[in-house]
Amino acid sequence: MAQTSHLAATGERTEAMFRIVKRRELTPVTKLFVVEAPMVAKKALPGQFVIVRITESGERIPLTIADYDAGAGTVTIVVQEVGKTSRLLGALREGDRILDFVGPLGKPAPLIDRGLVVLVGGGFGVAPIYPIAKALRAKGVKVVSIIGARTKDLLILEEEMRGVSDELLVATDDGSKGHKGFVTDVLKQLIDEGRKIDQVIAIGPMVMMRAVARTTEPYKLKTLVSVDPIMVDGTGMCGACRLTVGGEVKFACVDGPIFDAHEVDFDEAVRRGRMYLPEQELAVKRMESSCAGGGCTCGGGH
Amino acid sequence: MSQDTTKKKPVKRPRAEMPAQDPKERIRNFNEVALGYDGETAVAEAERCLQCKNAACVEGCPVDVRIPEFVAKIRDRDFQAAYDLIKDTNSLPAICGRVCPQETQCEAKCVLGKKGEPVAIGRLERAAADWAMARSDRVKPELPEPNGKKVAVVGSGPAGLTCAGDLAKMGYKVTVFEALHAPGGVLVYGIPEFRLPKRIVAEEIEALSDLGVDVVCDVVVGKTITVDDLFAEGYDAVFLGTGAGLPMFMGIPGETLNGVYSANEFLTRTNLMKAYLFPEWDTPIKVGRRVAVVGGGNVAMDSVRCALRLGAEEAIIVYRRSETEMPARAEEVHHAKEEGVIFRTLTNPVRVLGNEEGWVTGLECVRMELGEPDESGRRRPIPIEGSEFVLEVDTVVIAIGTTPNPLVSQTTPGLEVNRKGCLITRDESGLTTRDLVWAGGDAVTGAATVIEAMGAGKRAAAAIDKVLQGKG
Repeated sequence: MAQTSHLAATGERTEAMFRIVKRRELTPVTKLFVVEAPMVAKKALPGQFVIVRITESGERIPLTIADYDAGAGTVTIVVQEVGKTSRLLGALREGDRILDFVGPLGKPAPLIDRGLVVLVGGGFGVAPIYPIAKALRAKGVKVVSIIGARTKDLLILEEEMRGVSDELLVATDDGSKGHKGFVTDVLKQLIDEGRKIDQVIAIGPMVMMRAVARTTEPYKLKTLVSVDPIMVDGTGMCGACRLTVGGEVKFACVDGPIFDAHEVDFDEAVRRGRMYLPEQELAVKRMESSCAGGGCTCGGGH
Repeated sequence: MSQDTTKKKPVKRPRAEMPAQDPKERIRNFNEVALGYDGETAVAEAERCLQCKNAACVEGCPVDVRIPEFVAKIRDRDFQAAYDLIKDTNSLPAICGRVCPQETQCEAKCVLGKKGEPVAIGRLERAAADWAMARSDRVKPELPEPNGKKVAVVGSGPAGLTCAGDLAKMGYKVTVFEALHAPGGVLVYGIPEFRLPKRIVAEEIEALSDLGVDVVCDVVVGKTITVDDLFAEGYDAVFLGTGAGLPMFMGIPGETLNGVYSANEFLTRTNLMKAYLFPEWDTPIKVGRRVAVVGGGNVAMDSVRCALRLGAEEAIIVYRRSETEMPARAEEVHHAKEEGVIFRTLTNPVRVLGNEEGWVTGLECVRMELGEPDESGRRRPIPIEGSEFVLEVDTVVIAIGTTPNPLVSQTTPGLEVNRKGCLITRDESGLTTRDLVWAGGDAVTGAATVIEAMGAGKRAAAAIDKVLQGKG
């Protein structure tokens, strides 16, 4: 029932339902999808997310919006294949449909109107940084972006980011591109150069965001991060995504997902994010063994 | 009028027992606990009804089911007629027959109940509905002449479904918007399969589709679309049946430890996402060996009984007052006890304890005693100093209540809420502080019952019709 009458209600074509119009392999494990979702596209703002479900027996997982085009009626998402659901999604092709695609959820990023913002994107966290950069530039805010990955082959959306940044800096752990080391090294250098930075927004793995928070804290530099906790409904109903911010319990889905980096209890967030790791491993193992057994349902072309 | 069937004499006999799955068996499955009357049992029970002229039972029903009439039809073995009579005022009989608290409503008013046991009205309602559902040649309703008006219903729980059904029967084009991927609201995410099989909910929704109602999932009103957008798209009126979906936590230390769930999360994972079928289904849940459920309402009973079925060796209710004050239905408490649930009453949690990895290891509680009555009329629980003790548990489920979700009120100018977050209504019909916007169910009252929500949906539908037809 989910998708069939979704758009019929607003008089639009039902066949447009959450169809993948474009798929791009950003790295072997990171895929970008442009999805037809006119209602979501019309309301989406930088920093918001969607909840997707791939199969009838599937999980609901949150994915941060990587771009949107109200005119075309499309929303872009980037998925990194980690668990079963993200792998099932990653295996979808152009023309396939996503079973459920709900949003836009969460609060939009609170963007400043003038000055200089440094954006930090790590790993597939570069994807949600992109619409923020675009929106800031449109407001006339100066944008310096730092993007990073383990190695250059895992670096995503470099050209796109260059297009929406006044300055783009790259860091890789192994030095295969740009600065050898962490994005935080580059950030610290910018700060120490004495640039007048008004705001830092960092999105990426929890450990990276924690490192950014620690880097900017001594300078009392306003820093925002976008957390990515486990969610079920994404509308404030279950509280699976709760985290402690400034000593208060918040729900990432409705109070966030963007919070003041210096207030987030990262250790707790990391710990809560690992809650179902054994189950995730089991699900992936089962999926792989069913691929090997010939009863493959993952769509991975095995 | 058929030949005067009401003249048949009532038969004096004890109230017919409800057959149920054996407790030892049922705690290992999610199948329905109460099995329902067969035809003969239903007829025998119906024969007990006194067929009172001024039927007090009907006054006890929020949706005015014509109780003596449908009971007489069952007595006369005309199950289809019984079903049609119920359906006339109640769009979800198979659901109400299962989850209504009849003991405080229709059955509480039954004259037979004054000296003995009331007629089992709820079980008879269920019997009629199940009979109708079992028919392979289900009769599709005749569609009314469309009246050209469109109404948007937000939320597909009991309030929304009832409002939608009533409006559709009057000729309105109704679209129901649901935020989740499946319709039914609390009927699918909250109430467990063993109390209300999801195929029953699906069938009732199917019946609404037969009436021409469009149910649209994956739309979060307040996010995907706003109430103002709905009016801009040509809807003539809006009904908000958005429920009370926000879980309350206790605000005690340790509530963010791994293994602490809100009842909403615990039940949503179990019921909507079918975590009891993991890994066949993808959504996991952690139960552990010992589970404490904090609270004394129906949601707490549902949670604790789910915990047993998910494999908990020990499932404990932790409630701060005594059993007398428990808001849960007596039947639910009874079922929980039959299944081996441990009741720790006059006990209040003060802290969740965890290990170094951040997992729950215990629940520190304090014993309570009852003092003077508070504003709810129930005796106020007071902690007994120095009586703290630790319950060793792996999982804690907090089932102390829910409040309405603010997503719609925050995005609808002119829509006012009270300090509890409940939508303010201007009259009995549920008209909100915004013209042409009605509301009903838990979104207005805070957490209450399915049937009260249905009653509200019904009153709103009547009022919407009155206003849109210029009769108001």
